[in-house]
Amino acid sequence: MTTYILKRLAIGLLTIWFIATVTFVVMHLVPGNPLANEKATTAAIRANLESRYGLDRPLSEQYIIYMRNMLQGDFGIAFSEENRAVNDIIREHFPVSATLGILSLLFATIGGVLWGALTAIYRNRWPDYFIMFLVILGISVPSFVFAALSQFSILQLNQFTGRSILPVAGWGGFRYMVIPALVLGLSTMAYLTRMMRSSMLEVGNTDYIRTARAKGLSNTRIFIFHQLRNAILPVITVLGPAIAIITTGGFVVESVFAIPGLGRYFVQSVAQLDYTVIMGTTVFFGAFLVIMVLLVDILYGFIDPRIRLQAKP
Amino acid sequence: MENLLDVADFVPALAEQNIPTLTRPSLSYWQDAWLRLRHNKRAILSLNLVIGLLLFTLLGPVFWTYDPFLQDLDSISQSPSFGTTALVVADTGNWEGVTTTSTPSVSPLANLSATTALKVDGIATTQYVRLFWDPVPGAAFYLVYRNDHQPESIQDLGLPLAQTHNADELSFEDRLQLSAQAYYYTIIASDGLREAETFTTVRFELQRAITATQAQERNLPTLLDTIVQLSSHPFGTDYLGRDLLARAMMGARVSLFIGIIAPFIFVVIGTIYGGVSGYFGGNIDISMMRFADFVIALPFLLFMILFRIGFGIGPGESGIFPMLVALVVLSWPNTARLVRGQVLLLREEAFVDAARLLGANHWYLIFRHMIPNTLGQILVTLTFAIPMAIFTEAFLSFIGMGVAPPTPSWGSMSNEGIRSMLSTPHELIFPALCISITVLAFNLLGDGLRDALDSRMRSRE
Repeated sequence: MTTYILKRLAIGLLTIWFIATVTFVVMHLVPGNPLANEKATTAAIRANLESRYGLDRPLSEQYIIYMRNMLQGDFGIAFSEENRAVNDIIREHFPVSATLGILSLLFATIGGVLWGALTAIYRNRWPDYFIMFLVILGISVPSFVFAALSQFSILQLNQFTGRSILPVAGWGGFRYMVIPALVLGLSTMAYLTRMMRSSMLEVGNTDYIRTARAKGLSNTRIFIFHQLRNAILPVITVLGPAIAIITTGGFVVESVFAIPGLGRYFVQSVAQLDYTVIMGTTVFFGAFLVIMVLLVDILYGFIDPRIRLQAKP
Repeated sequence: MENLLDVADFVPALAEQNIPTLTRPSLSYWQDAWLRLRHNKRAILSLNLVIGLLLFTLLGPVFWTYDPFLQDLDSISQSPSFGTTALVVADTGNWEGVTTTSTPSVSPLANLSATTALKVDGIATTQYVRLFWDPVPGAAFYLVYRNDHQPESIQDLGLPLAQTHNADELSFEDRLQLSAQAYYYTIIASDGLREAETFTTVRFELQRAITATQAQERNLPTLLDTIVQLSSHPFGTDYLGRDLLARAMMGARVSLFIGIIAPFIFVVIGTIYGGVSGYFGGNIDISMMRFADFVIALPFLLFMILFRIGFGIGPGESGIFPMLVALVVLSWPNTARLVRGQVLLLREEAFVDAARLLGANHWYLIFRHMIPNTLGQILVTLTFAIPMAIFTEAFLSFIGMGVAPPTPSWGSMSNEGIRSMLSTPHELIFPALCISITVLAFNLLGDGLRDALDSRMRSRE
C-alpha cells in the first residue's frame, strides 16, 4: 500500500509540474505585451511595470522564477489590482467555490446512489422508466437552463407566498447555497444514477448474490449488505473526475447566481486579461484536481483490497 | 481387397455442386448492427432527429431567407408570430394637436369634473395614438395615463404619460413603445393643486402599422392606408429585432460545426495514438499513456479559455477556430485510452498471430486488423463526443468565452436570452431547446449504437 501511495504521489507531482509548465507556455504564446494598455502611458512607466512583474528578463529565467515561486506557494501579484497577491484572491474566493462544490457533490452522490438503487429495484417498471427519463433530461439540458428555470421558480414561489423564502441570487448563509448546489450537481447526479443502475444490475447477477439468496437471507439484507455495498464501489472511482466536472461547472452557476467564487473571478480576470491571476488560478485549480483524484484513488485502495493487490507487482 | 473407388470419384467436382444451401443470407457485422439498430425505436427516432437537424442547418437557410443580422428596432423582442399584417400610414410628421383659447372657468373651490369626450384623431396605430378631449371647467392642466387593463381605481391608472403645459392644450400624441394590443387611456384634470376625483378612461385597440418610409426600407408597397404583409417570425425576435429562426439556423452552423468536426478530428487522432500505443506495448505504451494521462489532468474548461487567450483572442471576440483546436488538443486522450485497451485485447487474438505469420508488417496489422475491429466502439465514442463538444461550445459562449456577438451560436443566443428571461422567455427557450434536443438526439443515438455494435456492453443492460 505504501509503494502504491508513493507511486501515485510521484505521478501527481509530475502532473502538477506539467500543468504549471503548459500554463506558462500558453500564457507566453500570447502575442503582444500584457502591459500594452492604457496603464503604461510612457516608456518609463512601462519599464517600471515590466521590472515589477519580471517581464524584462529572458523567458528561461522567467520560467525558473515562476517555478521557484510556485514551489513556495507564491502566485505573484495581480495585474488589475496592484499590490494584491494572487494568493490573497484565491484565499478569499476559493472557500466559496469549495463550499458550493462540496455541497453539490454531496447532493449528487447521495442522489445518484439513491436513484440508481431505486431504478435497479424497479427495473423495467414505471419508476425505472420515469427516473431514467429524468436522467436523460439531466444529461441533455445545459446547466444554465436549469439555473434560469430555478431562478424563475424561486421568483414565482416568493411572489406566491409574499415572502422571500429563498434568495434568487447572491451569497450568504445556507439559504443561498441550496439551489445553486442543486443545479450544479444535477448533471453529475444524472451521470452517477446511470452508473449506479448498471452497477447494481451487474452485481445482481453475481454468484454471491445467488448464494445469499439460496441460503435464505431476507431481500432487504441482500439488497443493503450485498448488492448496494458492492455496487457503490465503481461510483467511488468516478468521484475524482466528478469533482473536476463540478469545479469547472461552477463557472456557469457562479455567474448566473452571482456567487463570488473563484470560477466567476477567473472569468472576470480573463475579461480583464489579468495574466498572473489567470496563471495562478489555473495552476491552483489543476493542482487541486490532481490532489482530489489522488485522494479518491488512495481511498479506493483502502476500500477495495483488489486495487492494492493489483498495484503490488 | 475390394475396389471401393472408381474412376468417377476422381473427376473434379463442378463449382455448383454440393454447396450447402443457406437458409438465410449471411450478414456482415455492420448489416447485423443495422438490423439491431432498426429495432430500437428510440435510436431510430433520434437518428431521424439528427438528420432533421442537419437539414435544418444546411437546407433551412435556403427556404428561410431572412437575414439573421438584420436589425429591426420596431419589432424588438417579439413573441413568435405568423403572417402579421400592418397598415401603411404616413410618416409621423408634426401634429399640431387640439387647443382651445377659452377654458370655461368656475369658482376655485368647485370640484373638477371628468372630461366628457376622449377621442382619437384618425385611427390608433402602433405608430402613434393622437388623443384629444373636451375641456374641463376650472382645469389648470391635464394628466394622461395609459394602462393595459381597465383601471380599477384612481390608484390604478398605469403609466403616467404626460402633463399638459396648460389648460389650453387639449391633446396628446402617444408614441411610447406601442404594441398591437388594447390600451386604456385616462385623462384626468387638475386645477394646479389637486387632481380631479373623477376621470375618463377609454379603451383603444391599436392597429399594427408601419410608416411609408419603413415600408420602403423593407421593400414593401408604400401606398398609404393599405394593408401589407409583414415578415413573420416563427421563433420571435431578439433584443435587436433580429429574427430568431434565422439566427438559430445560423447558430446551428457554428454549434454543429464545432460539435461534429472537433470530435471527428480528435477521435481520429486518439484512435491512431491509442492504436500505436497498445500495439507496441512495453515502454512505448507506458510513456505514451503517461503523456495522455497528463493531458487528461489539465482542467478542461480552464484550458479551453487559456488556449483562447494563447491564440490572442481578446475578450468579446469570436474564436471558433481556436475553440476547435483547444477541443482537439484536450479531448483526444479519452479515445486513445479506449482504443489502447481494445488493441491490447486484440493483440492476443489468433487471427492477428495468423496475419503476423503470413508476414504482415506493423502498420498493416494496426490499420487492417486492430482498428477495423474497434471501429464499432470508436463510432460509439464519436457519437457521445458530439454532444460533449456541443455542450462545451454552449458553455463557453454562454460565459462569453466562445463565440461573441454578432456571430450567433446557440450558446451565445442563450446568453443574450437569459438577460430578459422574465419578460421575453422565448429568447432563451428556443436556443436552449435547440441545444437540448441536439444533445438528447446524439445521446440516445449513442446508446442505440452501443447496444447494436458492442455486444459486451449490450449484455449489461
